[in-house]
Amino acid sequence: MKTLKIEELSKNFGSTEVLKKINLEIDEGNFLVLLGPSGCGKSTLLNIIAGLETINEGDVFIDDYNVSKVEPKDRNIAMVFQSYALYPSMNVKENMIFGLKQAKTSKEKIQEQLEKVSKFLQVDQLLERKPSQLSGGQRQRVAIGRALVREPRIFLFDEPLSNLDAKLRVEMRREIKKLHQQLKTTVVYVTHDQTEAMSLGTNIAIMNHGVIQQNDTPEKIYNKPSNTFVADFIGSPSMNLIKGILKENSGDLLFTVSGSNLEIPIKDYDFKDKSNLNNKEVFFGIRPEHIFFKKFNESDFEINLRADLSEYIGHEQIMTFDYANQEVLAKFPSTIKIDLGKETKLYFDLTQTSLFDAQTEERI
Amino acid sequence: MFLRWFLYFILILFASYFIFPLYVMVVTSLKTMEEIRQGTLLSWPSGLNLESWAVAWGGRGYGAGDTFLRPYFWNSIKMVVPAVFFSTFIGAMTGYVLTKWRFKGDQWVFLFLLFGCFIPFQAILLPMARTLGVLGISNSVIGLVLVHTVYGIPFTTLFFRNYYISVPTELVKAARIDGAGFFKIFFKILLPISAPIIVVTVIWQFTQIWNDFLFGSTFSFGEAAPIQVALNNMVLSSTSVKEYNVDMASAIIAGIPTLIVYVLAGKYFIRGLTSGAVKG
Repeated sequence: MKTLKIEELSKNFGSTEVLKKINLEIDEGNFLVLLGPSGCGKSTLLNIIAGLETINEGDVFIDDYNVSKVEPKDRNIAMVFQSYALYPSMNVKENMIFGLKQAKTSKEKIQEQLEKVSKFLQVDQLLERKPSQLSGGQRQRVAIGRALVREPRIFLFDEPLSNLDAKLRVEMRREIKKLHQQLKTTVVYVTHDQTEAMSLGTNIAIMNHGVIQQNDTPEKIYNKPSNTFVADFIGSPSMNLIKGILKENSGDLLFTVSGSNLEIPIKDYDFKDKSNLNNKEVFFGIRPEHIFFKKFNESDFEINLRADLSEYIGHEQIMTFDYANQEVLAKFPSTIKIDLGKETKLYFDLTQTSLFDAQTEERI
Repeated sequence: MFLRWFLYFILILFASYFIFPLYVMVVTSLKTMEEIRQGTLLSWPSGLNLESWAVAWGGRGYGAGDTFLRPYFWNSIKMVVPAVFFSTFIGAMTGYVLTKWRFKGDQWVFLFLLFGCFIPFQAILLPMARTLGVLGISNSVIGLVLVHTVYGIPFTTLFFRNYYISVPTELVKAARIDGAGFFKIFFKILLPISAPIIVVTVIWQFTQIWNDFLFGSTFSFGEAAPIQVALNNMVLSSTSVKEYNVDMASAIIAGIPTLIVYVLAGKYFIRGLTSGAVKG
């Protein structure tokens, strides 16, 4: 039984297609992050799961029960919003128990839940305060509390940390992670921040233009992106995608760029399909953090590139190199000194590379 | 220094310019007819002569032709209270629906409502008279309540719609997940944070309806007339001597309720006009 299952879901606003045939499943207790640039449909998808938005095609199941036409309040979900959405005229206590009161829960049960949750989230000292008298972090806590008291099957988070400042965001991120570890409730979490997604999710679904590009564990998303969009979206700076051709040379496979004598051997690469690789136009993908300034592994491939630019950012520096007139970025500790305008010896970690078809932009 | 004095000079000049008519009214209303005939418009009254106020409010006590404001004042109250209440309430509801329960073509509904703000009063006199006739409530306070409510809805809707559009829709979403319905969300979540815009709307509607002369004089006469119509009748239809002191007292009485509303709610007025977003 899947806690949440979405089948062939499509949604359009007028003639704009927002979601196109989405399929998604979440196991009990998992933390699914919907990640994507703004306008990719992730918030719409979350609103549909909550029942706040209607569906054009397809179905949503919660615990194998089709809830496509069920009211939000009867879906056994709770939601935390970006703007907190605390009721301004009610104090913290009234905010937290509003839902239980609507559901005609008994007074004793309400009191019990309120005490438990407010202690747990350390807002028990704030119960009489109005939302306007709370700090951003406290508001967020109360908003989470309002979701917790309902003891839902699924938590829905809609960019809950975007309104907080950078320091508080990191703190609240850890708290949400702890919360999930303790409660083990299923979570669907929408964000456009890849660090949040990576650190929180047990699964990440990357969306673009209303389509799920890849739904995988954070490790797979990072190491084996399924297309160039995912490769480019995840990582900072994002993965280098060098355009070139695969050449087969007496049984060995080489990556070359036309008009250049640079060649990279492709060995032990886990191809999906090994046929027709000769002369295939591809993107050779390598992350900046997998380019080294000295040999770390035996398999590291040595190459000479000209350093063009250095960006110092404190704990590290981002260097731009010229690879046959294409830019290649690398990340080094800021203590390393590299002369600009000169050929520099670099080492590519070939176990961490990705290859994409230049036409379809899919991983090969 | 000079600039400062110049500034004060200008301010006092303009303030006097605005307060001057009121001064003349108050002073004249406190004078006897003899004093007025002397033609000293600006002079201080000889004493606190309140007789003209009593006459304006309660009449002289003889039968025919004695027009005084008291019954019409109550007519106006009976008209203005329900009309302000209903137009404000309906405007709040409409604004709520137009911003938080969007439906297909809602912009068109709003656009047509806006047209209502620009239709001149005179244009609807005949159709409205016919409507009131068919409903059997012409020449009655209820009829005037209906006219003012209907005519007020475009304005009140505009106010509330513009206020609610800045209230985050996530509030409504959160309430829906919490299990609140259409009316509960309106009464429990939105209305409690609407005080500033309610004040603006009430002041606006109260002033409009209380000061209205056209609808009052067209759709009512005799005993059902509101105060502005009675004031006109009193001042223009006196057969003998023009009693300026009574006229002035009547005019002030007719203006007092709006003044009271402004004084009581004035500070919220500016706040409501300028405030928008609900922070938090």
